[in-house]
Amino acid sequence: MSELLQFLFSGVTVGAVYALVALGFTIIYNASDVVNFAQGEFVMLGGMITWFAHAAGLPLPLAALIAIAATAALGVAMNKLAIEPARGAPVVSLIIITIGASIFIQGAAQLVFDKQIHSFPAFSGDDPIRIGGATILPQSLWVIGGALATFVGLWVFFTRTLLGRAVLATSNNRLAAQLVGINTNFVMTLSFALSAGIGALAGVLATPITLTSYGVGIGFALKGFAGAMLGGMGNPKGALVGGFAIGLIEAMTAGYLSSQYKDAAAFIMILLVLFFMPQGLFGRKSTDRV
Amino acid sequence: MTRDSNRALLSVEGLGISFGGLKAVHDVSFTVQPGEIVSVIGPNGAGKTTLFNMISGIYQPGLGKVRLAGEDVTGIEPHLLAQRGMSRTFQNLQIFQSMTVLENAVTGYHLAERGPVLADLLGLASSRRRARASDEGARKLLARVGLERAAEREAGNLSYGSLKRLEIARALALNPKILLLDEPAAGCNAVETEEIDLLIAEVAASGVAILLVEHDMKMVMRISSHIVVLDHGEKIAEGEPATVSQNPAVIAAYLGAEEPEAVTC
Amino acid sequence: MKLSAKTATLLVLALMIAVTPFFFPSGYYYRVGALIFVNGIAVTGIVILTGYAGQISLGHAGFAGIGAYACALAPVHLGLHPALAVVLGAAISAVLAWLVGRPILRLKGYYLGVATLGFGILVSMVLNNERDLTRGPDGIDVPELGLRAVLKGWGLDMTNGQFWYFFCGLILILGAWLALNLYDSPTGRALRALHGSEIAARTVGVDVARMKLQAFVISAVYASVSGSLLALQNKFITPDVAGFMHSIEMVTMAVLGGVGSILGAILGAGILTLLPQVLTVFAEYEQLVLGLVMMLVMIFLREGLLPSILRRLRGTGE
Repeated sequence: MSELLQFLFSGVTVGAVYALVALGFTIIYNASDVVNFAQGEFVMLGGMITWFAHAAGLPLPLAALIAIAATAALGVAMNKLAIEPARGAPVVSLIIITIGASIFIQGAAQLVFDKQIHSFPAFSGDDPIRIGGATILPQSLWVIGGALATFVGLWVFFTRTLLGRAVLATSNNRLAAQLVGINTNFVMTLSFALSAGIGALAGVLATPITLTSYGVGIGFALKGFAGAMLGGMGNPKGALVGGFAIGLIEAMTAGYLSSQYKDAAAFIMILLVLFFMPQGLFGRKSTDRV
Repeated sequence: MTRDSNRALLSVEGLGISFGGLKAVHDVSFTVQPGEIVSVIGPNGAGKTTLFNMISGIYQPGLGKVRLAGEDVTGIEPHLLAQRGMSRTFQNLQIFQSMTVLENAVTGYHLAERGPVLADLLGLASSRRRARASDEGARKLLARVGLERAAEREAGNLSYGSLKRLEIARALALNPKILLLDEPAAGCNAVETEEIDLLIAEVAASGVAILLVEHDMKMVMRISSHIVVLDHGEKIAEGEPATVSQNPAVIAAYLGAEEPEAVTC
Repeated sequence: MKLSAKTATLLVLALMIAVTPFFFPSGYYYRVGALIFVNGIAVTGIVILTGYAGQISLGHAGFAGIGAYACALAPVHLGLHPALAVVLGAAISAVLAWLVGRPILRLKGYYLGVATLGFGILVSMVLNNERDLTRGPDGIDVPELGLRAVLKGWGLDMTNGQFWYFFCGLILILGAWLALNLYDSPTGRALRALHGSEIAARTVGVDVARMKLQAFVISAVYASVSGSLLALQNKFITPDVAGFMHSIEMVTMAVLGGVGSILGAILGAGILTLLPQVLTVFAEYEQLVLGLVMMLVMIFLREGLLPSILRRLRGTGE
């Protein structure tokens, strides 16, 4: 029983990270119909920049803030330099562009930082908290809290603020949004900044547990995407639930089946979802316009 | 009027669909017989194209049935409908942009020319024979719609009116029992429109059932044997051109919607 | 006499393969050439999948891995001749592609990208983890194909480098021939049609899901054969052959040269295979360069190098 609880804890922890990645996917997908394969690199950058700045002597909170801001700026740059010039391109081209961005960021990270595995101290120490025979790290609570807070923050933003509603309107109908005077380019910029920032936040929160290196992004992207898809592409609630679900499935696979193949769980889930419920848990059926 | 519903090739029975709670098409029924030209008319947004998309399997109808030669084909995939003899064109054009005009027309012969993929890979004589046969057929069809001289051009470079005719050629290549034409004369000049008129009449005379959506009222009145009028997704009238054009509900629908004078086609 | 595009392509290819060795400064270049051809074979498969059918795979290295490890394992464990191991690998790849592709290809672009990405990672995970069978990340020996000895028996004496250069060149020509046959065949036309407009393709009777699946399976076989040839000529293979970066290399080669053109894609394979040979520091920058190439080509040169150059030569401009 305590074993199951232990797996649950670790599943919820990584699940929170995946949920953040999935939320990042969702924001960009809703604003532009682009699935950003570089989403995982934002997580990597969040961790790597924080480590770098912290190692250079900056206090951890400041280092984390810099990492999030820098990654958000990079997200904006990516939108301006790589996504906007390719507007209207076929999906295949957009996939190649975003995966190209992902590889490019990885390559740059190798050169700017290094190829080692890094971490930085947990925010509230490393003394495990005992609950019902299992333990959970204080940092896990940070990750879970971060994911939930982000979700609530996004919900407030999208439903209660004018700007957020403008983003929603754009995702519903770009042309109509333009007609009522919404600056859709700004909405795109904002979405990329938000999405990259959330990705970086995930990296900042998770690195003390999961560690980081230049190559961790693709794994996060794949699992975040699996979460977003399981929840129903484009649905923030689905992204949250889906992300946690993928984390739990992965932890259970690692615990009860094989730790070597825990990474396969996300992929198998993708296939199962595609096969049995392509709309995901909360997704809508889409209709092609002819 | 004596239209024998037992002879119906296509019968649409109580078809309906909603998008996000909005009824786009509601409880529409009519039939089309072989050799007959049935037109669906109505103001913009009346649901004509949506109706087409349901009949041709692109949208899943929420309610109702579509029967083709007596068989229930409601919501089956478009490629299966093509196998059963249904063929269509599109209001917004669905052209294979980077293929040549000839290749576009040739795709209409897909069902006739397809064969084992291995034969195609190895370039076997059988595969080349099949491809050549459809090339020849496609050239004849292009001549029929007046595009034979553009055969080798990239389709993306053609004018709108030419592309409309190319779509008709492609649809005819299927040798359909029923042909759905969504605004075939849009973007065409008077001469071209008349040519399309003749072509449609000729196809119908060969026994093909034709279902037509068209904005050009003169054309509709001229060639239709039967007209179905939609407004706000519902059928408000049906009958021969002469009777329909006198129908007060129809006139009201058009005036009320302030339909702009039919695009000069 | 007017040369068909197919004959012209094959002639150019054959000429290049036959003539370039006269300019090789050393025997080492046979090896580089053979590598280009091996990549060219995989990339020809990508042309069928992406150039013809408009579908993407970010995990085709998985099939290369299957082809490679079939050559390493089947001769040892099943007593199969290495040549038959190539066939076995291709068959396994085809079946896997069919099984994996069936659910995925019903859906659109992004799902395909993600699912194939996951598939590739899964294969490389298996190759890395099943140490009892594959010896893990350190790699495994691959038996000799033995064809060179046979040819020697017939009086055709070649160095190892020469043999693999001409053998892989021959297979590349064969692969290009098949792909060119397909282009204007009923299947090829249907693939290109669904690339242009899925909805229109469906209404003319194209079973879109089935046709995509065929393209996916065919291109998987190309990748598998490419992996087999790589393993056989190196006589050694590591799980990197199935790695994510190898999948990305394949796609980048194809789009760089021109994913709609077989010669173009092979040109792309040539450039990206040569680059690390010419620039020894390239290894450091490989990811940076690949990523940059992918983005730049898709933004500024969407057709790829060769088609863009040809268009300019013909003076049609853009």
